[in-house]
Amino acid sequence: MSLLQLENVSVAYDQQYILKDFNLSVEKGHLISLLGPSGCGKTTTLRLIAGFLDATDGRFAFGGKDYTRVPINKRNFGFVFQSYALFPHMSVYDNVAFGLRLRKVKEDEIKKRVMRMLEIVSLGGFESRFPQALSGGQKQRVAIARALVIEPDLLLFDEPLSNLDANLRVNMRVEIRRIQQELGITAIYVSHDQEECFSISDRVAVMNKGIIEQLDQPSVIFQYPKTEFVARFIGFNNFIAFEEREDEGSFYSLRSGDYHFHAAKAPGMPATMKGAIRPDDLIAGTLAEIQPGDNVLTGKVKVSTYLGRSYQYVVVTPLGEFTVNKEMQQPYANGQEIRLLFPSEKLVLVE
Amino acid sequence: MKNKNPGLSLFTFIVYLFLLGPLVIIAVTSFEPGTVLKFPPTGFSLKWYHNIFEVEMFMSTFKTSILVSLLGNVLAILLGIPAAYALNRASFRGKETLNAVFLSPLLIPGIVLGFTLLKYVVIAFHIPIYASLLIGHTVIMLPFIIRVIGASLAGFDFAVEEAAHSLGSSRLATFFKIVLPNIKSGIIASVLLAFLESFNNVDISLFMTGPGVSTLPIQMLTYVENYFDPTIAAISVLLMLITAGFMFLIERLLGLTYFTKQ
Repeated sequence: MSLLQLENVSVAYDQQYILKDFNLSVEKGHLISLLGPSGCGKTTTLRLIAGFLDATDGRFAFGGKDYTRVPINKRNFGFVFQSYALFPHMSVYDNVAFGLRLRKVKEDEIKKRVMRMLEIVSLGGFESRFPQALSGGQKQRVAIARALVIEPDLLLFDEPLSNLDANLRVNMRVEIRRIQQELGITAIYVSHDQEECFSISDRVAVMNKGIIEQLDQPSVIFQYPKTEFVARFIGFNNFIAFEEREDEGSFYSLRSGDYHFHAAKAPGMPATMKGAIRPDDLIAGTLAEIQPGDNVLTGKVKVSTYLGRSYQYVVVTPLGEFTVNKEMQQPYANGQEIRLLFPSEKLVLVE
Repeated sequence: MKNKNPGLSLFTFIVYLFLLGPLVIIAVTSFEPGTVLKFPPTGFSLKWYHNIFEVEMFMSTFKTSILVSLLGNVLAILLGIPAAYALNRASFRGKETLNAVFLSPLLIPGIVLGFTLLKYVVIAFHIPIYASLLIGHTVIMLPFIIRVIGASLAGFDFAVEEAAHSLGSSRLATFFKIVLPNIKSGIIASVLLAFLESFNNVDISLFMTGPGVSTLPIQMLTYVENYFDPTIAAISVLLMLITAGFMFLIERLLGLTYFTKQ
């Protein structure tokens, strides 16, 4: 049974729905990410779960109880804010101790727990500092300690790393994952950064316009996006519209114009007429290197850009433009004729 | 720093002369030993400073002024903090209008405000003099309180408040434990500023005072109508010192740039 359940929840402002008939369930001990562009409703969902927002409709159940009308301060959820939201007039120690004092924990017990939590977030020795004397990464770790020390039933993260610089972001997300797994806490994590979400989550929900387009393990979403939106969001820039599809058992045989393709089947892959492939998965080669045939298109290089490790080409073919990345020493010239090979196990069908 | 613009220097000098000149003249004449206000003074004496404390009316109206300003300040703070909080925190229809209403005593001429209060509030509801004085002063202090505390709240991250809620704090407790300590300096500054505004006020007090009840500035006006001795200069100097002291305190607490930021 899942720990948390949103059932047909709707949120609306001024007759405008931000979430409509939204459903989500989270297993105990899991870290689930809500991923999507700004305005997709991910933060709204998180704030709804935290209790900062009221649902217009629907039910929110937690641990088998109805939490829809439970006020924020009675929910025992930890919330980590994008802006850290530390109490500016309190020391690190008092910030972390705040929730425990409200719970009438004895001072010596508070001290033990605060100190232990500061150790866990690697901030031992910082307890008498004030927030303005901390760096962004330290502030965020105080915020995490403050949310964790109350032993929350659920931990909520609202883009906690987006104000940090790139290196720190990678370190912090490893930290967050480590702490979450060490303490076995159920967590919901909101971000617009797919790499961040994929790297720390048990499951990722890709959201768009107030609905979940796909909810699955990161590796599954990464390889087999279900919809065009998800595919685009995680970097499948190339799409082919097919006119015919035949089921050949372990693969689909597809046709667009005079061109024939095979696409390997995968569990859960929808049977549609739209193919998608990543620029990294397309194979580019000269006319001599790749022979014409199934899963091959011939085209002309239109634009070439240097990405550091590889070159990226936009290639114009009879089926439209395709983007391909290729590691090579000597780039193709603009206007040069090349061939593109679509490996059948990398070509996926999306809705 | 070398000044390359003699025209600007001259202009600045003239502005300061007009601003500070009268104050200097008053300060100097307050030491006049004779019985008539004179510039330049004919000698040096502190007797008119002594005289302030001899005139019973100055002492009693000084007490009234202090009392009205302090009580009015308490009322204005009690009204102003929640108002400033609501205006900054919540979004609701008519917020801008409400903001304008709260700040209007700053924009409406004191004479108009005083007369209106007298005719449509004090006389209409038969309010006693002390109470009406208090109401009038609360009204003129309110914009200062709301404006300055509002500036404090504008720099306050309300996510901090949400953080306290999520940790189990009730709304009211959060306000006292988290919001108030963070706008403390704004509250102190607004109290000092409002006090000065109220203590030095003439136009509202003029309408709100009556037989037997007066404030110090009104008493000073009355005094000047009847006497022309340097007592009035001496008392002005004392009031200037009080004002300067308050401004010094505000500058120390916040810096005067605090008021020019927004």
